[in-house]
Amino acid sequence: MSLLEGVFKAFSLILTLDPNLIRIVLLSLQVSLLAVVFATLAGVPLGAYLGLKPPERTRFVSKLLYTLMGLPPVVAGLVIYLLISRMGPLGVLGLLYTPTAMIMAQFALAVPIIAALTMIGIRSRGKEVQETARTLGADRILIAWTVVRESRFAIFGAVVTGLGRVIAEVGAVMIVGGNIEGHTRVMTTAIVLETGKGNFELALGLGLILLLISFAINSLLYYFQGGGKDIVR
Amino acid sequence: MSGKEIILEVKNLSKVYEKEVLHIDQLSIRRGRIYGIIGPSGAGKSTLLRLVNMLEPPTGGEVYFQGRPISINVNGRADAVRREMTLVFQKPLLFGTSVEENVAFGLKARRFAREEIRERVDILLGKVGLREFARRHAATLSGGEAQRVALARAVAFEPALLLLDEPTANLDPSNVELIERLIMDLNRETAMTIIIVTHNIFQARRIAQEVIFMHEGRIIEAGETEKVFTSPEDPRTRAFVEGRMVY
Repeated sequence: MSLLEGVFKAFSLILTLDPNLIRIVLLSLQVSLLAVVFATLAGVPLGAYLGLKPPERTRFVSKLLYTLMGLPPVVAGLVIYLLISRMGPLGVLGLLYTPTAMIMAQFALAVPIIAALTMIGIRSRGKEVQETARTLGADRILIAWTVVRESRFAIFGAVVTGLGRVIAEVGAVMIVGGNIEGHTRVMTTAIVLETGKGNFELALGLGLILLLISFAINSLLYYFQGGGKDIVR
Repeated sequence: MSGKEIILEVKNLSKVYEKEVLHIDQLSIRRGRIYGIIGPSGAGKSTLLRLVNMLEPPTGGEVYFQGRPISINVNGRADAVRREMTLVFQKPLLFGTSVEENVAFGLKARRFAREEIRERVDILLGKVGLREFARRHAATLSGGEAQRVALARAVAFEPALLLLDEPTANLDPSNVELIERLIMDLNRETAMTIIIVTHNIFQARRIAQEVIFMHEGRIIEAGETEKVFTSPEDPRTRAFVEGRMVY
């Protein structure tokens, strides 16, 4: 089968809303979006806290976060696997090869990214915002809220970057999800499997959808990096 | 001077970073007056304002506001003190929202009623000549307009003490004149105590009733503006007010 033929068949799968393909796409979105929501809840407060501390007092944590930003997905998957496998400390919960396990693995990948990028964003302007709010009589809660609000574009950018990272990864979800059809099969693991089987049209179809999602994510990121404006306008 | 006349008092105040940048044995600020703090760069003028506004802790000494030490933070006292004074920076930061939301910030922090916030914001924007800019995004303002909004925001809640750190540096003459007039009107109409740090000795002479000359972290001379300018006691003050001090 030529590449052109494969692309044509892939488009027909997308346009006819092939149930198998739709199921895989929906599960991918569900897993990655939930992982990013939880990672945002943990990463943004952590990043904000670190961003408001003097850099010399957060040197070690910052280095750790930067290191974890580049954490290989297979390593994240392995750690989560060891935690939730039958012999692991969370083995009794029976989470291995479930979408929950995949969410946990992607959460572990997204938290350092969201926390570190939030920290960088807040550090660039946070102290100034904090001091201004304080001189105007804001209490701690209002100061914290104002700092987060004023750094919202950087924070949204961090979240979108986290989403971009997890939705495209394959190693972690393969290890803890097991790529079980109809249960834990997501776009990236399906592409690997279908390519191996020679079923290129489905792999290409999923690849095209993944590219489209990636384009949408990067468009959002581009927007947030421009401070809420399209920077080429 | 009676205790009630004094709004702010500084005793043995010092700040050390890598070396000592500020050391003030004693300073008293009388209620309802405009003070100009002048001196060359690195004299400790801005550091003094930051310590008074509790943005940084002093290395030693104490600041007394309305007769009570500000370093004692019991039952949220630091917040309470901070709510009675405010500081406008040389380069003010306006929040990424509308002009009126910026002016309303301190009022909302103090939980003023919505109607009163609306009224005060409207009056103040009128005073700074920006009423028609109320709905505009703060990021679209020029430097002079932003400084006027920052001043309106600072005085909206009628602080007892207004600290101004070089509020007209880098502004065009018309904005300088407007801001100076606002400062003097505020002092006359509300008896607000104002301390303005300025490089500009002419500005200090125009608007301040008393002048404090600082040099290398210390107060060299303080007194009635005309006296300090016409018959300074210290040769360093004389050199500075006559424009002979190179810095």
